[in-house]
Amino acid sequence: MTARARQTSHDLKPWGFVAPALLWTLCFFVAPFLVMAAMSLWERVGTDLVASWSFVNYAKFFERGHYLEAMLNSLEVTVIVTVTSILLAYPFAWILAEKVPARWQRLALVLAILPFWTSYVVRSYSWLLVLANNGVINQVLLAMGIVDDPLSLANSRSATVIGFVHFFVMLLTLTIYANLVQLPPNYRKAAQDLGANGLQTFWHVILPLTLPGIMVGAFLTFVLCIGDYITPQILGGNQELLMPQVIMLQIGRRADFPTASALAILLMVVVTIAYLGFARWIRLERA
Amino acid sequence: MKRFSGRSIASVLYALAIYGFIFLPVVVLVLFSFQDGRFPIPPFKGFSLRWYEAVLADRRLMEALTNSLVVAILSSAMSVLLGFLAAYGIARFMLPAKGLQRGLLTAPLTVSYLIIGMGLLITFNWLGIPKSLLAAGIGHVVINMPLCFAIIYSQMGDHQANIERAARDLGAREWQVMTLITAPMLWPALFASFFLSMTFSWDEFIISFLLTRFDVTLPVEIWNLLRSGLNPKTNAVGSLVFGISVVLLLVLELVVFRKAKRS
Repeated sequence: MTARARQTSHDLKPWGFVAPALLWTLCFFVAPFLVMAAMSLWERVGTDLVASWSFVNYAKFFERGHYLEAMLNSLEVTVIVTVTSILLAYPFAWILAEKVPARWQRLALVLAILPFWTSYVVRSYSWLLVLANNGVINQVLLAMGIVDDPLSLANSRSATVIGFVHFFVMLLTLTIYANLVQLPPNYRKAAQDLGANGLQTFWHVILPLTLPGIMVGAFLTFVLCIGDYITPQILGGNQELLMPQVIMLQIGRRADFPTASALAILLMVVVTIAYLGFARWIRLERA
Repeated sequence: MKRFSGRSIASVLYALAIYGFIFLPVVVLVLFSFQDGRFPIPPFKGFSLRWYEAVLADRRLMEALTNSLVVAILSSAMSVLLGFLAAYGIARFMLPAKGLQRGLLTAPLTVSYLIIGMGLLITFNWLGIPKSLLAAGIGHVVINMPLCFAIIYSQMGDHQANIERAARDLGAREWQVMTLITAPMLWPALFASFFLSMTFSWDEFIISFLLTRFDVTLPVEIWNLLRSGLNPKTNAVGSLVFGISVVLLLVLELVVFRKAKRS
C-alpha cells in the first residue's frame, strides 16, 4: 500500500513542474481560442449577441466586398513588403558578413538593431514625421526646389509599406546574416576550383545554401506583417483598410465580437496556409 | 585584393544607404524632441528641454510608465518561473507525450498578438471579468512564457543533468537541486529570457490596448497622445522610451554576453 502510494506520488512529481505552464496555456490561450471560435458562430442582432450557431459571419466575408477587399489588400501589402525587404536585406547582410572585418561585425549588427529599441507605436509615428506633407522629406525637396508642391506620402499604402519594410529589412538582415556566416568557406573554394565565376558561385552555391535563412525571415515577415494593426493604422490612414484594421473596427466601434472572431479565424487560416508553404524550411525544434 | 575597387565603394555606399534608411526616423524623432517650437518638423528652431519637462509633468504619462514597468517586471518574472519549471520537468523526468507538451507550450509563438488579445478579451468579457492591468499582464505571460520555455529548455544539457544527479546522490532534495544547482548553472538563460520578456512586455501594444481601460500601459497612453497629431511631446516620450530600452540592451549585453564569453 505504502509502496504503491510512493510509486504514484513519484509518477505525479514531474507533472508538478510542467502543470503550471500547461494549465496557464490551456486557460489563457487554448480556452480563449475555443471561445473565440465558438463566438464566430454567433450573431450580433441589434445590440445583443445571439448564439445562432451558423456560418453567417463567414458567409458575410465572401459576400461583402469590403471584407474580401481588406484581405486582398493585406495579402498584397504583405507580399510587396516581404519581397522588397528580402531584396534590400540580402546585399546588406552579404556586405556585413563578407566585407566587414570579423571583429567589427558584432558592432555593425548592434548598430543596425539599435533604432528598433524605440516603442513600436513611436516608430510608426516617427515615419509620420518623415513622410507628412510638412515633414522632413517634403521640406527638403521643397527647399532644394525639386518639387513645387509637397508630395502626399503619408496616409497611403506606400507609407504603410515603407514603415513595414523599415522593420523587416532589419529582421531579414539578421536571419540571412546568421545563415551566411555559417557557410563553410570550402564550398566557395570548391566552386572556384571547378571553374565557376563569381556570379555562378553565388547563383548555384551561395544562394541555395542561404535559402533557409531567407525563408525563415520571410515567414516571420509574413506572419508579423499580416497581423499588424499599428503600422497601417498610423501610416496608412483610412483610405484603404487592411484586415487587422477591419477586425479592430468590429471590436472597437461596433462591439461585434462574432464578426471580429470570424475575420480573425480567417486571417489565421491564411497564416496557417503560409506556414505550410514555408514549413520545409522552418525548424522550430531544439538544435 | 585591391582595397578600393569599384565593388568595395559600391558596398560601402549601399551599407551607408541602408543605415541611413534605418536611422532616419529615429534621428528625426530625437532631434525634434528638442524642438523649441510647437511642431516637430523642420525648420529646427533651437534647442529646448521644455517638451521633456512637459512629459515629466504629465501625470497620466508617468502613471502609464509606472504601470508598464510593473506589468513588465511581474509578467516577465511569472513567464520565467513557469517556463523554467516546465523546461526542468520536461528535460529531466519521464513524461508521456513530451512532443505534444512542447508543442502546446510553444504554440502561442505562432499566433499573432491581435488574435491572442482578442481571444482573452472575448473570454473575459463573457465571464464578466473587467478590463485591467492584471488582464493585460496575463496576456503578456501568454506571449512571453513560450519564449522563456524555449530559451531555457534549449540550454538544459546533459552535463548539467549529471551534476544534478550527483547532488541528488549526496542527499539534496528536489527543490534544493533546482534552486542551488540547476538555476545557478542556467543563470545566463534565465537572465536573457527575463530581459527579453521585459522588453517585449514593455513594448507590447495591442494586447494592452484591448485588455486595459482606465489604468493603461505606456504604449497605449502614447497611442492616445497621437490623436493630437504631430507633437514634440510625443517625440520626447518616444526618445525617453528609446533611451530606457538602449540602457536595458546595454545591461543585457554587458551582464549576459560578457558572462557567456568568459565561461
